[in-house]
Amino acid sequence: MSRTFLGMPGRALERGFPANAAAAVRDSQLRFNLRKATRTIRGKRASVVAELPDWEGLRQAGKSIKDHTLRNLDRYLLQLEGAVTAAGGHVHWARDADEANRIVAGLVKATGETEVVKVKSMATQEIGLNEALAAEGVTAYETDLAELIVQLGDDWPSHILVPAIHRNRAEIREIFRKRMGEWGRPAPEDLTDDPRALAEAARLHLRERFLSTKVAISGANFMIAETGTLVVLESEGNGRMCLTLPRTLISVVGIEKILPTWRDLEVFLQLLPRSSTGERMNPYTSTWTGATEGQEFHLVLLDNGRTDVLADEVGRQALRCIRCSACLNVCPVYERAGGHAYGSVYPGPIGAILTPQLRGMGSELDRSLPYASSLCGACYEVCPVAIDIPEVLVDLRAKARHPRAERLGMAAAGWIFNRPERLALAQRAGGRLRRFVPKRLPGPMSAWTDTRDIPDIPRESFRDWWDRTGGGQTGTEPRDGAAR
Amino acid sequence: MRVALFITCVNDTLFPGTGKATVTLLRRLGVDVAFPRAQTCCGQMHVNTGYREEGVRLARHFAEVFGGYDAVVVPSGSCGAMVREQYPRLAPAATEEVVPKVYELSEFLIDVLGVTDVGAYYPHRVTYHPTCHSLRGLHLGDRPLRLLRNVRGLELVPLPGAEECCGFGGTFAVKNPAISAAMCADKVGNVMATGAQVLCAADNSCLMHIGGTLTRQKTGVKIMHLAEILAATEATEDAPAAATIERSAP
Repeated sequence: MSRTFLGMPGRALERGFPANAAAAVRDSQLRFNLRKATRTIRGKRASVVAELPDWEGLRQAGKSIKDHTLRNLDRYLLQLEGAVTAAGGHVHWARDADEANRIVAGLVKATGETEVVKVKSMATQEIGLNEALAAEGVTAYETDLAELIVQLGDDWPSHILVPAIHRNRAEIREIFRKRMGEWGRPAPEDLTDDPRALAEAARLHLRERFLSTKVAISGANFMIAETGTLVVLESEGNGRMCLTLPRTLISVVGIEKILPTWRDLEVFLQLLPRSSTGERMNPYTSTWTGATEGQEFHLVLLDNGRTDVLADEVGRQALRCIRCSACLNVCPVYERAGGHAYGSVYPGPIGAILTPQLRGMGSELDRSLPYASSLCGACYEVCPVAIDIPEVLVDLRAKARHPRAERLGMAAAGWIFNRPERLALAQRAGGRLRRFVPKRLPGPMSAWTDTRDIPDIPRESFRDWWDRTGGGQTGTEPRDGAAR
Repeated sequence: MRVALFITCVNDTLFPGTGKATVTLLRRLGVDVAFPRAQTCCGQMHVNTGYREEGVRLARHFAEVFGGYDAVVVPSGSCGAMVREQYPRLAPAATEEVVPKVYELSEFLIDVLGVTDVGAYYPHRVTYHPTCHSLRGLHLGDRPLRLLRNVRGLELVPLPGAEECCGFGGTFAVKNPAISAAMCADKVGNVMATGAQVLCAADNSCLMHIGGTLTRQKTGVKIMHLAEILAATEATEDAPAAATIERSAP
């Protein structure tokens, strides 16, 4: 069982997803915020995807390129290392979160600096880099607007693309007013919750940081093996500030982020913005290859459980993920449970298959994640790299340890279904007891009857009706009537 | 053509009326449908809850029971999707012959029999919930709607948010009851917004979940499987009272 760390501490880890989700669903403000935000992005995505005549072709191309790369990952990683090194960068290999954090902390300390600016990055969230740096006396400043909101609010991200999706603008104004001053330039006294005013306050707060900080830390959306180029897509331009101004750049990137050639970007630069922000093209695409004179570039290649996932024939397709979060925005469970219920920086449908694979299914939470889905299939339909999330969920469910009472129930049902005679007997018993079935069921089945009636049990099953009437050809009229 | 009915365990046990309606409808269209007595369950509950071995056994059993037929008709999008999507992964060799011969009811009517007007009469305001596995598993598209539009007297009203899951999801409904109920509450809200008297779907498991909420909230909206509406005629419309009374009795 892997003990990979996935950067999410606290309450959410102590209980299963159903309990986390039940608490979240009672928070009406949270539900309102999430519903509004996910539906807006969902609609934008649908319209920009629909305008492309060959979306399905692009999607299959994205899937094929990723599958090919993953099959030859060993080769492409070495090619990438060679290309980055040749371009003046330094490559480091990290087996897990601890090793990656140690490497980054060491690199920062070697510069003599105690502050770093950060580009929005899932990989550094995953390894809990900010906390690890803090323990070494280094302060990490998030510069992505939403990550800034999360950091100032002592909060946790609840969405891959929009980490502060659970906050509305009134809440953001309060966070800015109360906390911005502790981290740097304070918010203006008369700050309103007008989005423009909030953005301006963040811009002024961050600008000072960009101009003074000497070390930046990023992730990457893609790494090109052929050229050693790293690629970051973003909306705000804050990432580009971090990628260009500081003297030292350290990028922490999962090993699955490789694309073989520069040309492969053609596919992904179309797939990613349309799937994630619902834009035809994202405002800023930054690429860099090695380091120019006077600057230093380090690439930390992160495994943290990924090679274990790669070894799984069904689960490995999760490594195709390009972190667009289209699956979150379309998921009816995510919309109602929110991201924190998943207890991982990877929430929603992709989190439900990625987290238990990276972290193992040792805890109650991680065992419950594959069940955090009605298998409605909306995630698979929107996934730009065609990850069959329901297939992986069902596969993980087969690998999970099941509760004893459920095992007994399933064994009994299996025993009945194995012989049609047993099924007929069970149906007849049900028909005879139909009047004694209470409206509210006891024990675990109360989960059904708390909000729903159970259907009336018919006197006669279909198969008994068929036998009695010769399939309706003879005998009396059916007693249960065709209409309900 | 030898046609078999796969009734599904849910319909067989809890909704025999759907099975009878399917038989009535198919006979009216000249199809002599057989009911292989050895059939039980497609195995979806077991597989989707994580009990794969049981599912493999039931998939093999299904292949044995239905192997000799030219077509297998299933009045359930969900069980149909189980067979077509999951059997090739669970028991590929045993099921490869039978899987392409399995049709959900509306597919069989339109794609095999080539009919969209089945001669039904049902003078009520109806809204249709497409259900996830019919929509995204079997890709039924607008087949059920084309059938419903040809039912005489039927007023079809569009369901807002139709493509969203109702929150049933098999054991999901009891494993994550809070989320399941929240999803259903939104579905019920959308159903009520249509002003429909009847909610129709091609899947009784989803209908059982939504219907259980509709009756708990005393909405007065009835649930009807697609087969039951398509089987209805002037004759059944004249005498529906007995069935309605029986269903509402304790």
